[in-house]
Amino acid sequence: MALEIIESCVNCWACAPLCPNKAIYEAAPHFLIDADKCTECVGDYADAQCVAICPIEGAILDELGAEMNPPGSLTGIPPERWAAAQAEIQAR
Amino acid sequence: MDLPVIDQAPASSGGCSSGSCGSTADQMGGMSDEIRAKVQDHPCYSEDAHHYFARMHVAVAPACNIQCHYCNRKYDCSNESRPGVVSELLTPDQAVKKTLAVAATIPQMTVLGIAGPGDPLANPERTFETFRQLAEKAPDIKLCVSTNGLSLPEHVEELSKHNIDHVTITINCVDPDVGAKIYPWIFWKNKRIHGREAAAILIEQQQKGLEMLTARGILVKVNSVLIPGVNDEHLKEVSKIVKAKGAFLHNVMPLIAEAEHGTFYGIMGQRGPEPSELKALQDACEGDMNMMRHCRQCRADAVGLLGEDRGDEFTMDKIEDMEIDYEAAMVVRAELREKVTAELEAKRQARHAPPPPQVVQFMPRPEKSAPAGRPVLMAVAAKGGVVAVHFGHAKEFLVYEASSTGVKFVGHRKAEQYCDGDVSCGDGESVLDKTIKALVDCEVVLCSKIGYEPWGNLEAAGIQPNGEHAMEPVEDAVMAVWQEMLAAGKLDQPVAAAKRA
Repeated sequence: MALEIIESCVNCWACAPLCPNKAIYEAAPHFLIDADKCTECVGDYADAQCVAICPIEGAILDELGAEMNPPGSLTGIPPERWAAAQAEIQAR
Repeated sequence: MDLPVIDQAPASSGGCSSGSCGSTADQMGGMSDEIRAKVQDHPCYSEDAHHYFARMHVAVAPACNIQCHYCNRKYDCSNESRPGVVSELLTPDQAVKKTLAVAATIPQMTVLGIAGPGDPLANPERTFETFRQLAEKAPDIKLCVSTNGLSLPEHVEELSKHNIDHVTITINCVDPDVGAKIYPWIFWKNKRIHGREAAAILIEQQQKGLEMLTARGILVKVNSVLIPGVNDEHLKEVSKIVKAKGAFLHNVMPLIAEAEHGTFYGIMGQRGPEPSELKALQDACEGDMNMMRHCRQCRADAVGLLGEDRGDEFTMDKIEDMEIDYEAAMVVRAELREKVTAELEAKRQARHAPPPPQVVQFMPRPEKSAPAGRPVLMAVAAKGGVVAVHFGHAKEFLVYEASSTGVKFVGHRKAEQYCDGDVSCGDGESVLDKTIKALVDCEVVLCSKIGYEPWGNLEAAGIQPNGEHAMEPVEDAVMAVWQEMLAAGKLDQPVAAAKRA
């Protein structure tokens, strides 16, 4: 049972000091989680701390590869609205 | 008629009871001498000082504990100038090295701020380590910090230990229902909290932090982002409340929202305010509060005078090779500060001097006559307090309101330079159109020179270009033009009619 940080991480440092297991470490090109140390905060907190503070949707996955903060859940921007805006910017 | 230059003292403050008789050209009319002494070399707090003194931000604080709808944490761009954007994150040691390098190279640099790119108090170790080292190695630099306020109460004690006497809190609302439209979530007590509940906690912490700081005598400036349709009317209440709790300055800034920034407001099409809307709100709040009008909404790693950014000269790879003799630099810095302070004081004294004797008028005037001539907004392409910039080269215009009571600085408008000299102007016309739009509520634009084409376009838009006061002090030039307009009878009719004429 462990979480994973993927390439959309922006290296904001918010998660690292919160980890009760010191499983999160600075690495290039982005922070990583030591799967051997990660407990998903079970027994320490009700919510996984990195997931609870991460500002980037989709940057943290569970062990099945599911996004812990799916698109729209943090910014409030509906995914279809995001896609439409990106398409509009591309077309300029 | 020789009219004094007035400041933005609250109209209701009346007389000299507040320790200032309200006749300076800055926004500090309502401030006590004690506060004035604290801010007189702080470019972000003193309109006067920002012409002489520079500031820098060190980007040591990447983490944030809230999300604002005007911010996108993925953003990192070297060409953008706005809060939350940086190019290079620094460790505290690097930040200290950079600060010493800048202070030795730019002796006008008096203030070091930590403003992000996240929230400084959500990165307390990094932020306070930077302050601790700087207080020791560069005691002549003022330290300040800006925060969203969420973890402010728990850090007030630490802040006062580091001798930080200036804190900026961004307060966009005092009502959780308004806050729910601005903040989608906060991280609080090991949980992510959404919506109204999140906003209520944030507001409570901000207000508590504000009270704790002012109780300790730490100066607090409040920043607010003006979001049309969300908190525009509400900010009047915010202004009153933060003043009552002891904030000494309120800085209302326009929302910056573009789809390409990837922010909630940008994507969802929330518009920013028109310059006239911003000014109207600042004017409305001014009766109760000292309003800041010269904010340039700079980056979290900006270096230099307000409105300029010399960050490129001080990237970490360049700093590594610099030899810094800070002892020697401190001597140079002290001399410069003394000289500028004396100059500012002389300027202030001159404004406080009694007006020259007036010529006695024998024309009897009706008792309750309105002041002759209405107020006029004028945009000025200025440098160093002088009308010194070519219209096409102006990066920004300072906007002044001239009236029978004098000249008042009311804000600045960004301009994209449309003229690059010899190079073809490309889509110059649309850039000129944008500039004209930014100046739409002004009747006159003063500059050192102006080309034939923009002259015509400005006139067509009802804005009179004026290049006759090149190299004159800005306030004198603005007053002179107002007097000319008055003498020509142009101020008898309302603005709209005058613009059509």
